[in-house]
Amino acid sequence: MRRSLLFLPGNTPNMLINGSCLGADAVIFDLEDAVSPAEKDAARILVRNTMTYMDFRGCERVVRINGIDTPYWKEDLDEVLPCRPDLILLPKTSSAADIQEADTYITETEKRLGLAAGAVGLVALIETALGVENAFAIASASPRVAALFLGAEDLTADLRCKRTKEGREIEYARTRLVTAARAAGVDVYDTPFTDVNDDEGIETDAALAKALGFTGKASISPRHVETINRVFSPSQAEIDYAYEVMETIRLAKEQGKGAVALRGKMIDAPIVERARQTIAMAQEMGLGREDA
Amino acid sequence: MKGKVVGSIREAVALAGLKDGMTVSFHHHLRNGDYVLNLVMEAVAQLGIRDLTVNASSLFDIHLPLLDHIQNHVVTGIQTDYMSAALGREISRGILERPVEFRTHGGRPSDIAQGRTPIDVAFIAAPAADPMGNCSGKYGKSACGSLGYAYPDAMYAKKVVVITDNLVDYPLLDWSIPESYVDYVVCVEEIGNPKGIVSGTTQITRDPVGLVMAQHAAKVIEYSGLLKEGFSFQTGAGGASLAAAKFLKDIMLREQIQGSFGLGGITGYMVDMLQAGCFRSLLDVQCFDLKAVESIRTDPRHQEISAMHYASPSHRSAVVDSLDVVILGATEIDTDFNVNVHTDSGGCIMGGSGGHSDTAAGAKLSMIIAPMFRARLPIVTDHVTCVSTPGKDIDVLVTQGGIAVNEKNRELKERLTAAGLPVLDIHALKEKAERITGKPRQMPHGDRVVANVISREGALQDVIYSVPDEE
Repeated sequence: MRRSLLFLPGNTPNMLINGSCLGADAVIFDLEDAVSPAEKDAARILVRNTMTYMDFRGCERVVRINGIDTPYWKEDLDEVLPCRPDLILLPKTSSAADIQEADTYITETEKRLGLAAGAVGLVALIETALGVENAFAIASASPRVAALFLGAEDLTADLRCKRTKEGREIEYARTRLVTAARAAGVDVYDTPFTDVNDDEGIETDAALAKALGFTGKASISPRHVETINRVFSPSQAEIDYAYEVMETIRLAKEQGKGAVALRGKMIDAPIVERARQTIAMAQEMGLGREDA
Repeated sequence: MKGKVVGSIREAVALAGLKDGMTVSFHHHLRNGDYVLNLVMEAVAQLGIRDLTVNASSLFDIHLPLLDHIQNHVVTGIQTDYMSAALGREISRGILERPVEFRTHGGRPSDIAQGRTPIDVAFIAAPAADPMGNCSGKYGKSACGSLGYAYPDAMYAKKVVVITDNLVDYPLLDWSIPESYVDYVVCVEEIGNPKGIVSGTTQITRDPVGLVMAQHAAKVIEYSGLLKEGFSFQTGAGGASLAAAKFLKDIMLREQIQGSFGLGGITGYMVDMLQAGCFRSLLDVQCFDLKAVESIRTDPRHQEISAMHYASPSHRSAVVDSLDVVILGATEIDTDFNVNVHTDSGGCIMGGSGGHSDTAAGAKLSMIIAPMFRARLPIVTDHVTCVSTPGKDIDVLVTQGGIAVNEKNRELKERLTAAGLPVLDIHALKEKAERITGKPRQMPHGDRVVANVISREGALQDVIYSVPDEE
């Protein structure tokens, strides 16, 4: 379950040591934009030590390394891969070749360090126009790709348009990424909402992302985490309905019925699949039922 | 009308018959903007009076001139409920002849009323007074709202001097302290600096860790079983405590629960809760900001109470006895839930109980809210440097890394666990913090007792030792 992914600057100890307490399903240790070139090595060491010594139970660990067009990314991976992060976030992914280059180096490093092959997933951060157009190819470039991730700040710079709270300028990128990710069978995460003081804005923006089909949403502020979690969680009514769907299906099977209806609506395969997903999430949130 | 007005503080001191070895008292509603204590002590020193005990409900850094009076043996004893850090640092070096006597906001009026700490002359800073001594904190340029802590001084001191910068025509209506207690009135240019008396606004924390603690705190209250119609609540003015109040407000409005009263030092945030319908009333012993001052002046639901009424353990009853939930702070808390609010982790005085022990003793649920560590130091320890509030009166500790419930409150532990809150043993919480900070070495202390911490019932609860001189 990754409803919320919280960016933590890789060079701020106080944020890092409290990272697991901030309620996010995943934290992203940032070695890229948050860290100036002079501090890249220090941040790497700090992030490595944080992952080594801190308890992140119940909170996945993602590392945003530097892009493959920089001199830093291989050293980033050398330092953090032994700590077994859950995911590596690869910035400025614009093509399947970018994924393959990173994948090749990660596979080599896993071998060199004696780590389980393919254990760490890759998340492609799509933040260029080319990346958006290549989204499906990127998502299906390697079995290591676990998700696509929209980065709207850099993308709007590339598109030469203004980033707005309403987000009309990224409508196409959002729907394109969701479609590409789903077509490839991977998850997809929405870009952070950057006004940390706008409580209504984050609510609206997260609700929009959920409505479009995103799996979860990134955040640059701990203050947004709770809202994102709430928006991306199934409601009690949704959970109850999911259990009702599964029970109806079970009874229909027992009675040898083909098509069944619930509350006057035919239950078809997509409804059952959605019910399964809802129940799986409810169980992860501790809201599942024991008898199911 | 001349009434009881005399020409100067010096004249009032002489008329009140202040002599060597006596006790003078002050209240702290003007907080870090108070000029009165310094004005009085300066006059006393000029009159050549020595060996005085200062009994003040709290002392702030603005009172640093006290250090000179200590050096000159004008002041040889201090009785107080709270002492801020700059003054505390000097006291911790052992400059005072006799140990400071720390009491609580309820213990102080209790001991005054029972004659354990008799006051010879009380000096009452009054933002408004008439020539006969009727006085109030609600009006004037130095308005501070409630005068709750000054009541025992006015009622039990042998002589009472009201000092004001706002002398109004007789009779001042809506008085807090009536003329029947007052011997002399002095009008001075300024009794305080409004900027230090109350802050313009009280700010809710923006610190993400503080907000996480506040959310936990609000959920603890929500699932405690106490949050229902008639609920009563007190919280401090610290950033995380205020944030907890904000989250609590959201829950109360959502669940349409109206509490009976909010208590304490009152902030604008509690006023917001009153105005939003979260409480039927506010009971106010001290105002923390301008919004609270404005509210106590204009809203009849916002009621001033005396220190006795607030928290005295020896009067027939006190409001703290009817309190459901209090949110409190800590500089340290040990695995027996004893709390230190008197010293920092190095043993240096930087606070005091205030109403901490009183509300903890009275409330059905006493919650400590504190981060797992401050700077490099874990907050949960094996033994606190000083027992300010005994662990028997504390129910739960809320940190960003989890919630520890005192074993004495099993029902609460079961409720919070069932609600899915991150409950863990206090020893586990200590270890969790120490995994990050390491285990700190014990700080050495000096040989000299610089303060006695007296429980609200009047017994010696702990002592504070001097800190070794810095090398």
